[in-house]
Amino acid sequence: MAEIKVPVVRNILQANERLAEANRRRFDEAGIFVFNLMSSPGAGKTSLLERTIEGLADRIRMAVIEGDLQSSYDAERIQRKGVQAVQINTDGGCHLDGNMIQIALESLDLQALDLLIIENVGNLVCPAEFNLGEDEKVMILSVTEGDDKPSKYPLMFQLSSVLLVNKIDLLPYLDCDVAKIRERARQLNGRQDIFEISCRTGEGLPAWLSWLEQKVRDKQQARTR
Amino acid sequence: MHELAIAESLLAIVTEEARRHELESVHIIRLQIGVLAGIVPEALTFSFEMLSQDTVASGAVLEIETPPVVAHCLECDLRFEVVNEVFLCPRCGQPDLKLVSGRELSLVNIEGETRDGDGGN
Repeated sequence: MAEIKVPVVRNILQANERLAEANRRRFDEAGIFVFNLMSSPGAGKTSLLERTIEGLADRIRMAVIEGDLQSSYDAERIQRKGVQAVQINTDGGCHLDGNMIQIALESLDLQALDLLIIENVGNLVCPAEFNLGEDEKVMILSVTEGDDKPSKYPLMFQLSSVLLVNKIDLLPYLDCDVAKIRERARQLNGRQDIFEISCRTGEGLPAWLSWLEQKVRDKQQARTR
Repeated sequence: MHELAIAESLLAIVTEEARRHELESVHIIRLQIGVLAGIVPEALTFSFEMLSQDTVASGAVLEIETPPVVAHCLECDLRFEVVNEVFLCPRCGQPDLKLVSGRELSLVNIEGETRDGDGGN
C-alpha cells in the first residue's frame, strides 16, 4: 500500500450551488423576482407576507414557498389571503436548500407569476449559508430580539440586501436602540437598505412595498429587453 | 446546526474522490473554512465522524485551516484585513468592497492509502 496525497480543491457546497444556479435560470427565463426571506422564529416573516399580499396582490401576481420544520399553519395563513402557497416541511432540518426549492417549483406555474417569495425556516444562522437561486436575500430583525443581534449573527446581515426592523410599535416598552442596529448593520453591509416597520400598525410598510414593486418591475424589464 | 448538511456534502465529495484515485482508506482531509462561513469546526468534526463510520473515510482527521477575512476596496484599491466584521474601507470609509477571503468552505486535499501495492497487512 502507498500513502498518497490527492489535491482536490472543491467547494463543499457545490452540489447545492449547482441546484441554486438551475433554479436561478428558471426564474430568469420566467422574468420573476424571487426573494429569500429569513429571520429568527417569531420575528414576523408570515405577518410581513400577509401585509405584502394586501399591499401588492391587486397588481402583482405572486406565490409563496413556505419552509417550516413541521406543520402547515403558515401556508394556510397565506392561502387565506388568496395567494398560492407551497409548504415544505424540513422535518427538523434547520434551513431550505436548492433541492427543496426545485421540488417545490413542480407545484408552481412560473409563467403565471411576477413574484415568488421563499419564506425560510426561522433561524438566524443556517439559512444564510444556502443559496436557493433567489435574486435577493431579505431579512427581518424584530426589536424584541435586541440590538446586539447584528454583532452576534453577522453572516445573515452581511448577505441580506434588505433589513426590515419589525415591531417598532413596541419600542416605547423596550431597551432596544434602533440607531445601534443601523450602525452595526452599516458596518456589516453598507449597501443594505434598512426599513423600520410594524406589521401590526402598518407603519413604514409603504417604503418596503415600493422597494419590492420596483424590483419586480426591473426584473420584468430585464426579461423583455 | 447546518454542519450536518455540510458534513454530508463533504463525505459525498471525499468518497467520490477516493474512488477516482483508488484510495482504500482516507486518513487526512484538509479543509479551508473562512470565519464568515458560519461553521463551528467542532460541530462539523462531530457530524463527520458520525456519518463516516463504515465508509472509506472512517476515522479520518479533519484538518481545518481558517483563512483571514480580507477585503479589497473598489474605490481606493486598498486591500485590508477585516477586523470585527467592519466591512468599511479603513482608508476611505466606503462600503463598496470585494471579499478576497473569509467565506471559504472548500476541500483542499485528502491523504490516504492506495489499493494497489504489495497487498500486505
